Amino acid sequence: VCIHRVRSCSSIRFIKSKYVCVFDKSALKFSHQQRLFRASAVSCGQIVQFKLSDIGEGITEVTVKEWYIKEGDSVSQFDSICEVQSDKASVTITSRYDGVIRKLHYSIDEIAFVGKPLVDIEIDASKGVAPEEDVVETPPMSHEEHTHQEIKGHKTLATPAVRRLAMENNIKLSEVVGTGKDNRILKEDILNYLAKQTGAILPPSPKAEIVPPLRKTETVPAAPKDKAHKIPVPVSRPVAFSGKDKTEPVTGFQKAMVKTMSAALKIPHFGYCDEIDLTQLVQLREELKPLAEIRGVKLSFMPFFIKAASLGLLQYPILNASLDENCQNVTYKASHNIGVAMDTEQGLIVPNVKNVQVCSVFDIAVELNRLQSLGSAGQLGTSDLTGGTFTLSNIGTIGGTYAKPVILPPEVAIGALGKIQVLPRFNGKGEVFKAQIMNVSWSADHRIIDGATMARFSNLWKSYLENPASMLLDLK
Amino acid sequence: MVLHSLKNCLWLPCVLRTPKACFRSTASGGLIIQSVSNDIYQNLAVEDWIHDHMDLEKRQVLFLWRNSPAVVIGRHQNPWQECNLRLLRQKNIKLARRRSGGGTVYHDLGNINLTFFTTRKKYERMENLKLVVKALKALRPQLDVHVTDRFDILLDRQYKISGTAAKLGRTSAYHHCTLLCNADKFVLSSVLKSPYKGLKSNATPSTPASVKNLFEEDPSLTPEMLLDAIAKEYAMQHQIDHHITLINPSDETLLPGINNKTKELQTWEWVYGKTPKFSISTCLNMAYKDSVLDVKVNMDVKHGRIEVCNIDLPEQWLPPGLYSKLVKSLTGSKFCPNETTMLVTTLLRVCPQDDELHSRWSLLCENMIMLM
Repeated sequence: VCIHRVRSCSSIRFIKSKYVCVFDKSALKFSHQQRLFRASAVSCGQIVQFKLSDIGEGITEVTVKEWYIKEGDSVSQFDSICEVQSDKASVTITSRYDGVIRKLHYSIDEIAFVGKPLVDIEIDASKGVAPEEDVVETPPMSHEEHTHQEIKGHKTLATPAVRRLAMENNIKLSEVVGTGKDNRILKEDILNYLAKQTGAILPPSPKAEIVPPLRKTETVPAAPKDKAHKIPVPVSRPVAFSGKDKTEPVTGFQKAMVKTMSAALKIPHFGYCDEIDLTQLVQLREELKPLAEIRGVKLSFMPFFIKAASLGLLQYPILNASLDENCQNVTYKASHNIGVAMDTEQGLIVPNVKNVQVCSVFDIAVELNRLQSLGSAGQLGTSDLTGGTFTLSNIGTIGGTYAKPVILPPEVAIGALGKIQVLPRFNGKGEVFKAQIMNVSWSADHRIIDGATMARFSNLWKSYLENPASMLLDLK
Repeated sequence: MVLHSLKNCLWLPCVLRTPKACFRSTASGGLIIQSVSNDIYQNLAVEDWIHDHMDLEKRQVLFLWRNSPAVVIGRHQNPWQECNLRLLRQKNIKLARRRSGGGTVYHDLGNINLTFFTTRKKYERMENLKLVVKALKALRPQLDVHVTDRFDILLDRQYKISGTAAKLGRTSAYHHCTLLCNADKFVLSSVLKSPYKGLKSNATPSTPASVKNLFEEDPSLTPEMLLDAIAKEYAMQHQIDHHITLINPSDETLLPGINNKTKELQTWEWVYGKTPKFSISTCLNMAYKDSVLDVKVNMDVKHGRIEVCNIDLPEQWLPPGLYSKLVKSLTGSKFCPNETTMLVTTLLRVCPQDDELHSRWSLLCENMIMLM
């Protein structure tokens, strides 16, 4: 009776009520047995009240916890509509129709009743409800992880993954010969079909992801054993081509970067670069590494760079100063709180080692270890991230030689360290020897620092590192 | 024994290594699988995968799994309300949000997890729990265990040894439950106690209960024994071979798409972002110099992000420009200590370098971060 009524469109025009319940009650009772209910009756843009179906276990009411759609959204059959909860069970309610959501009968945290309307959907005039058979052929892919694909068809039998594989390769299931039970189409059948077409065996999952092996453990202070040899291979992340631009708000770490860098723009930067021969330091570190390990500490090159910088700052304290907002006063900071730029999963952070002027190289190594582990766990505290007076950035662990680092206000100088390369150099006797060369790029605030000061500081720093024994003379 | 393709298992009995007994009866088919991983996210991903991709019409599935220390909250719960997030971070205990409803539980290797997969029509929690009790009684007849009407399993009529949750989809459903064998009760009680005050939310609350380990009742019991006993009972009831198939949750060929599911379960957006809207109304007691300041704080958090933020500071305690910068910075950012630390320390870089100001700022921000 129901079907007959709808077929003659003219009769529908006479139905004046706003919500046309197209299906009579007896049809609704079987609504959950979708195979039996041939839903080809609906058409002509009518609004259908989609009722909450039986949850099981005699449950009559549930709480609406989340809506996945809102009024005005289009939905396809099997798209998730909402999440309801009843007594420790979370239920995903999916749409039975293709159409447009016209009304949500409940808001979040309201109680919804089984058998009562949940949403009103305006059925697509052109589409109607796809009968079971057609849906089986090409299951609609919702964007959600949960694709409800357990559709049992009667014509072409195939599991959801096989269907997806077929769909991804634009294969009509009806053209594939099934070799499974009851002529079921198996994955092998799809692959064979494709192989015949392309003359090659395709990988089982066309969407194979490349898992980037480069973890962000290449943090700045943790210089690897052998900087010259362990250069991380840049991994290209898989580019999922969707063809659409994506706009996101700037939040969190990026927001912090925007603030810092905008402030840094106000500082007139000048750069000064040089190369350092670390041959002796490399050897020294090799000797000291096992000693540090016995004490339970990883010793990288950074503690030496940091200590040498502090010794240099003792001679050139203006590099450890701060200029006030109006450029009226310069404050010479007593503590050398040397910041170390760290690359974490979320972005750039710069914790600092406090009072380097009274720390030994070993003390600095211990502190760096602590900051690194907190940094990678995302657990650095405010005190670790504030109070810095001078910064070093070991970008060389990732790569590069020369850089143009940006000063982090309220500081006035910063140094970027490139990677250590083994290069040929001439010694005093004019002979070529193998040298471990690293480049340093300094940037300084030209309002209070002049080129000569930066150069002299750099030379001093360089001399400490090229001849580590000379550090002993000036260590306090 | 590792399956080469879980899917194929269903459709190609002749090729498979699973015993032909699996296919003896189509009416009560069953499959018992156990995860080789102890990673909560990987195991939850397996549940998702089976729920989305396996046909449970002819064969039901029992999934056995255990996890290294983790706190698992229900789909619609609020982690700030349910557990001590600070302690979790300190102890490196993972936090996961499952897709099923229900309350918060603590997992470690002394706890076993059972998931019963059926079609939506065959969803029957009581039957499953009765199966578990039957298995326990078969193993140790003297155990006083029974199922309550809240779907808990109680030991000695008093102590909860198992909690239940379920997920229903369009055509399939699963019911999972925990079972305490020899979990660390001390850690359990300390992590499941929330220190956060002033939270107002409609998130599903957990019902605290006294728990006990089966091990305390009978020290000869191990998690392996319990898993085995339950598998045996399941096999008997489904008339299949008592055979447990091992699966590796990172095997993309066996479970295509599983790694994406695992990744999604680990995202901040899922774990924290799915928290129903809540508000915080509390008072910070800040000890500053010789006095104690009472600072009222009101925040609204939606999708895990701060929507509204009000801090009732004494006038001029902070320069007004700085206060509004702080509020503007916090609004829209994640309700997360790490992100907040980042933002507040950055703001400090661009404000006047005044020690007094800096110490006030640090005091306020540290207290704010403690709320997260």
